[in-house]
Amino acid sequence: MLNWTGDYWYLVQNLVMKDFKIRYRNMSLGVFWSLLNPLVMMGVLWFVFTHIFPNRIPHYALFVMCGLVPFNVFTICWLNGTTSLIENAQLIKRVPVPREAIPVAAVLGNCLQLLAQVLLLLFLAAAVTGIHRSWFWLLAIWPLEVLFVTGLALMFSAFNVYVRDVRYVVESANVVLFWLVPIVYDFRWIPAQYRFIYGYNPVAAMVMALRNILLDQTAPAATLLVKAAISSVAIFLLGLAVFRRLRPRFFNYL
Amino acid sequence: MSSQPAVEFRKVWKTFHRHTGQLLLRSHFKRLLTWKDHVERFHALRDVSFRVEHGESLAVMGKNGAGKSTLLSLVAGLVPPDRGDVLIQGRVAALLELGSGFHPDLTGMENIHLNAALLGFSRKQTAARLEEIVDFAEISDFIREPLRTYSTGMMMRLAFSVAVNLDPDILLIDEVLAVGDAGFQAKCFDRIRDFRRRGKTILCVSHATGMTQRFCGRALWLDHGDLMLDGAIDEVACAYEGYLNAGS
Repeated sequence: MLNWTGDYWYLVQNLVMKDFKIRYRNMSLGVFWSLLNPLVMMGVLWFVFTHIFPNRIPHYALFVMCGLVPFNVFTICWLNGTTSLIENAQLIKRVPVPREAIPVAAVLGNCLQLLAQVLLLLFLAAAVTGIHRSWFWLLAIWPLEVLFVTGLALMFSAFNVYVRDVRYVVESANVVLFWLVPIVYDFRWIPAQYRFIYGYNPVAAMVMALRNILLDQTAPAATLLVKAAISSVAIFLLGLAVFRRLRPRFFNYL
Repeated sequence: MSSQPAVEFRKVWKTFHRHTGQLLLRSHFKRLLTWKDHVERFHALRDVSFRVEHGESLAVMGKNGAGKSTLLSLVAGLVPPDRGDVLIQGRVAALLELGSGFHPDLTGMENIHLNAALLGFSRKQTAARLEEIVDFAEISDFIREPLRTYSTGMMMRLAFSVAVNLDPDILLIDEVLAVGDAGFQAKCFDRIRDFRRRGKTILCVSHATGMTQRFCGRALWLDHGDLMLDGAIDEVACAYEGYLNAGS
């Protein structure tokens, strides 16, 4: 439908920078606000699970952070991706810009912002356990999470155009997910009969892989990576297909 | 390529739903349960066919709600037709509303980059045209200020400058030239004439007749989605004005 030909990457870059500049132009502390949330959460969870419900996990603060940071990346990207088409309705109704670029830019823009949290996590890990060559695996697992959440963002942003309640479904799902992803607890505590389900959740896989790399300083299990890769690619392709299917009528519903 | 027209509409129909509260889950359920399709529809365009050759300038006249903006949206590729075909040859730049892709919190310069990217330009292509855009808009001192500090006239000058200098093959104008001082309007008309000389195509929408007559040779008159008349501008303008006077 759109006969748009042009520099796709330059477009996405510009859309990312637009969101980034608009969000931080009027804040004096800028990106550092996004560090406050994980630090406060880490402090609270550390207090609850070492002083109220004591456990014997070593370096519990870092352990929790390995869960919080990928979880934040996931939820923030998913939610902002979902609302991105509605928020850019003016653009979609007046400029023949390729529509996929909008949720993709929303996800990448939030990743850029959340890079601060990732760096905080790495800084903590370097201080607690030290830098290790297994860190190279980080380069393999982060792109998988981004791919996974981009697929979800494409799918849910398209749904949200037709039914505006979708964003509240996403918000509620994120609250539930906080407890279904091994953030405050260890994967090994999960009863054996439920464990197989966790492997297919790329966010849970991400948390486990991060703990392998940063806490145990070992490479994540190959089966874990393969499962996460399969579900990430599948969700991305599904998201893209759903988006393309719903795209022609966005204009009417925005 | 030149044998094909710049814009061609073949029996184009476009219907829109009027959805009041249709966007919540509740109303979707209600529609499923009552099993009734009580969506109100209205025809924005009904069986419209016309051609615009390369280098031609066409005015589209009609009252509010006649289907003019829908026609431009179809040409811009924002929305597909329900029935019929819309064939476009070349890059389209739309001045659909004052600064469509502009954001008030970004500076003039940032908005230029964003708009160029939205129109499909690369960093290099944008950089090559940057000076010309800024010069033409005559807002040199303000270019690093956020857009919300601009006057309407300044914003309009920047929007026009971006659209024209990004060198589209087809330029869509939606009543924007009504704003701005006389000096700048004259400059815009100059630029549009220059645009025509280089064999580019212009589609221009207006609910009044005066302005468009200055640079369009041909006109369409739309009324409630129907194509009433397609012909030389003076003839169409005359018929349209006669209809307006008879109605009031």
